[in-house]
Amino acid sequence: MSNQHLNNEDHNNHEGNDQHKQTFISKYVFSMDHKMIAKQFLITGIIMGCLGVLMSMVFRLQLAFPDTPFPFMENFMGHWAKDGRLDPSFYLALITIHGTIMVFYVLTAGLSGTFSNLLIPLQIGARDMASPLFNMLSYWFFLLSSLVLVSSLFVDGGPASSGWTIYPPLSALPTAISGSGMGMTLWLIAIILFVVSSLLGGVNYIATVINMRTLGMKMTRLPLTVWSFLLTAILGLLSFPVLLGAGLLLIFDRSFGTSFYLSDIPADLAGGIERVGGSPILFQHLFWFLGHPEVYIIILPALGITSEVLATNARKPIFGYRAMIGSMIAIAVLSFVVWGHHMFVTGMNPFLGSVFVLGTLIIAVPSAVKTFNYLATLWKGNLRLTPAMLFAIGLVSFFISGGLTGLFLGNAALDINLHDTYFVVAHFHIVMGSAAIFGMMSGIYHWYPKMFGRMMNSTLGYLHFWITFIAAYCVFFPMHFMGLAGVPRRYYAITAYDQFDVFVNMNVFITIAALIGGAAQLIFLFNFFYSIRKGKKAEQNPWESNTLEWTTPVERIHGNWPGEIPHVYRWPYDYSKPGALTDFIPQNIPDEGQTDPLEETKPPVHA
Amino acid sequence: MKNETINRNGTVAALSEKEAERLLVNPQKLVLWLLIVASVMLFAAFTSAYIVRRGEGNWQIFDLPPMFMYTTIFIALSSITMQWAFISAKKDQLRMQKIALFLTLGLGVAFMIGQWVGWEQLVANNVHLVGNPSESFVYVISGLHLFHMIGGVAFVLIVLIKTLNHGIHSKKMSTIGLCKTYWHFLGAMWIYLYIFLLLNR
Repeated sequence: MSNQHLNNEDHNNHEGNDQHKQTFISKYVFSMDHKMIAKQFLITGIIMGCLGVLMSMVFRLQLAFPDTPFPFMENFMGHWAKDGRLDPSFYLALITIHGTIMVFYVLTAGLSGTFSNLLIPLQIGARDMASPLFNMLSYWFFLLSSLVLVSSLFVDGGPASSGWTIYPPLSALPTAISGSGMGMTLWLIAIILFVVSSLLGGVNYIATVINMRTLGMKMTRLPLTVWSFLLTAILGLLSFPVLLGAGLLLIFDRSFGTSFYLSDIPADLAGGIERVGGSPILFQHLFWFLGHPEVYIIILPALGITSEVLATNARKPIFGYRAMIGSMIAIAVLSFVVWGHHMFVTGMNPFLGSVFVLGTLIIAVPSAVKTFNYLATLWKGNLRLTPAMLFAIGLVSFFISGGLTGLFLGNAALDINLHDTYFVVAHFHIVMGSAAIFGMMSGIYHWYPKMFGRMMNSTLGYLHFWITFIAAYCVFFPMHFMGLAGVPRRYYAITAYDQFDVFVNMNVFITIAALIGGAAQLIFLFNFFYSIRKGKKAEQNPWESNTLEWTTPVERIHGNWPGEIPHVYRWPYDYSKPGALTDFIPQNIPDEGQTDPLEETKPPVHA
Repeated sequence: MKNETINRNGTVAALSEKEAERLLVNPQKLVLWLLIVASVMLFAAFTSAYIVRRGEGNWQIFDLPPMFMYTTIFIALSSITMQWAFISAKKDQLRMQKIALFLTLGLGVAFMIGQWVGWEQLVANNVHLVGNPSESFVYVISGLHLFHMIGGVAFVLIVLIKTLNHGIHSKKMSTIGLCKTYWHFLGAMWIYLYIFLLLNR
């Protein structure tokens, strides 16, 4: 076995990989090693995730028990929870920062930043990223951005409060609401830093995949994870600059007196300058031109991870490899022409609306191709239900149940009714939130041995999965019914409306489920941090997987491979190949008589 | 053959010579092109926003400053001189290369000063940053391009200094190649923006 061969070679062949002494600072802080940067992204993402989840716990308590004071909240939230009652304006701040953190900081940087960094060089056979310096800067811009955003919790007036979509005029007039002042300014600075980080990372990921594949690693032999990271990076490269543009115009409106997004605002409300001629809808167009691809920036890496984990643990080739690539490309292209479906209620020309409806519904086709391929991969597989596999199957479940409600919302005639209700909250928390978190969890459990050289505890992993899976459905599924009945999102309380009284108990149920789901993450946190030092030592290829990262030594050295980078002779999904001796054949193993890596392997021999 | 494990200079990290030979594209060139794509998206956002906003009415119409026409000529000429410098470097004609780079730098600086003068002409014509969005857009779009120009002029200056130190010649073309690409991008972008603003007043 070549893995074994490489391992043996390790002892004799150092080739300078561990010759230099590294200080704590150069190894853990200003590291340029892609594997360390991946861990930095992951741990920062986890910390931000804890913050985001804690915020959701606080506003869920408010929604379930709007008249009950919780004196303990005053201890850590001060005047925002005077006498244990959450301040209504701080409720808006919490939902805004919760959304911002989860969308950008956890599910974009935490997910894509972690796994693109970890897996691109390892799976394509490269020693590091094209530019390790850009890579390091990408993390530091991300960390700085996180710190700026968190610091906005402590400024006078509180953090930004106009929703994670920061629609003007609330975001454009510093005096509009309490969070529109310094909090909003810090939000904008944080997002500009975030965009810089994303671009530095994205440019690097694309350059690495295009340029640095090992011999034999054709594009049609890339693991689907790498395809998903590549397409994600392309989406980011094309869409984040537009958000930057939208943000710059917003800064001009806020600070220099222009009226790009403001109209009919008298001078005394707008810093002494009358604002005329602007259009808040313009901001929505620019925002959603990023905002919609952003949804796929979040979900594509999770789908890539799922493809890899499902195939490995079903011991079967992924069903429809090329169809999977094709559908990801189709999703990526279509994601740029559907942003208007977030804006059906802005007075859009119905003809234009129908174009956006068509584009949106067409996305269901490649999404369904992916779903059927996942199910076909699982079908009659020799399933190994590891925690990673369960989370991947969980993603498929959420992708289906959340995707189906996308058909309702993508249709203008229905969306006009459902817009800004809890139906929307339910939809995106299932299809984007839960699915992507489950993809991320699947990736963490699966590649933990590659990151830390140790295994996570499986029993705790199962416990984590089942509680989280059930809790997520209990939290988000009932919200569909609230939305259908017209309960609006972002309201501090719905007690003023008699027709919503029927949902009082449902809100309590959702909150209890959310608290249980939140508590289950403590199991994960314990397992994650405990296993770094005390987990069972990992073998080189614990999941008997085919991809190249499992040919690197457990010790995680700089340059990844101790000797020459292995060449690639086959695609990554040769599992249970008829006629083969083992049920997996790593990509670096040639067929008998195959000497040229670019040559195709023999077709399977059926008995 | 030695694998450099940490490469503080950034690009092409940790590759043996044999591995480096396998690179499909010059990595710096690829990164530059990707950054140009990102920048194009930024300007595309602004010009799209301009068209969307203009379509909604309440749009002030005014003449672009005459200076913008001259600066457009400056930047178009500077692209020619940049190309001249590149070809001279390729042919190892050091004197020509120096002259062409000096001219490029001069035209680049003249463009930047010209843009500033153009803004002053706008103000004299009662067109202000704070006013109708049609007015604000001209300042923001040309200002953002000017911001990109700072990087371009600095890059030309670096190439010029390297040339004076005999660091750029037919065997060492990568820096001037990158500079040429970026400079042409800046020129093409301004010509597009100028024509766009001219046609969509």
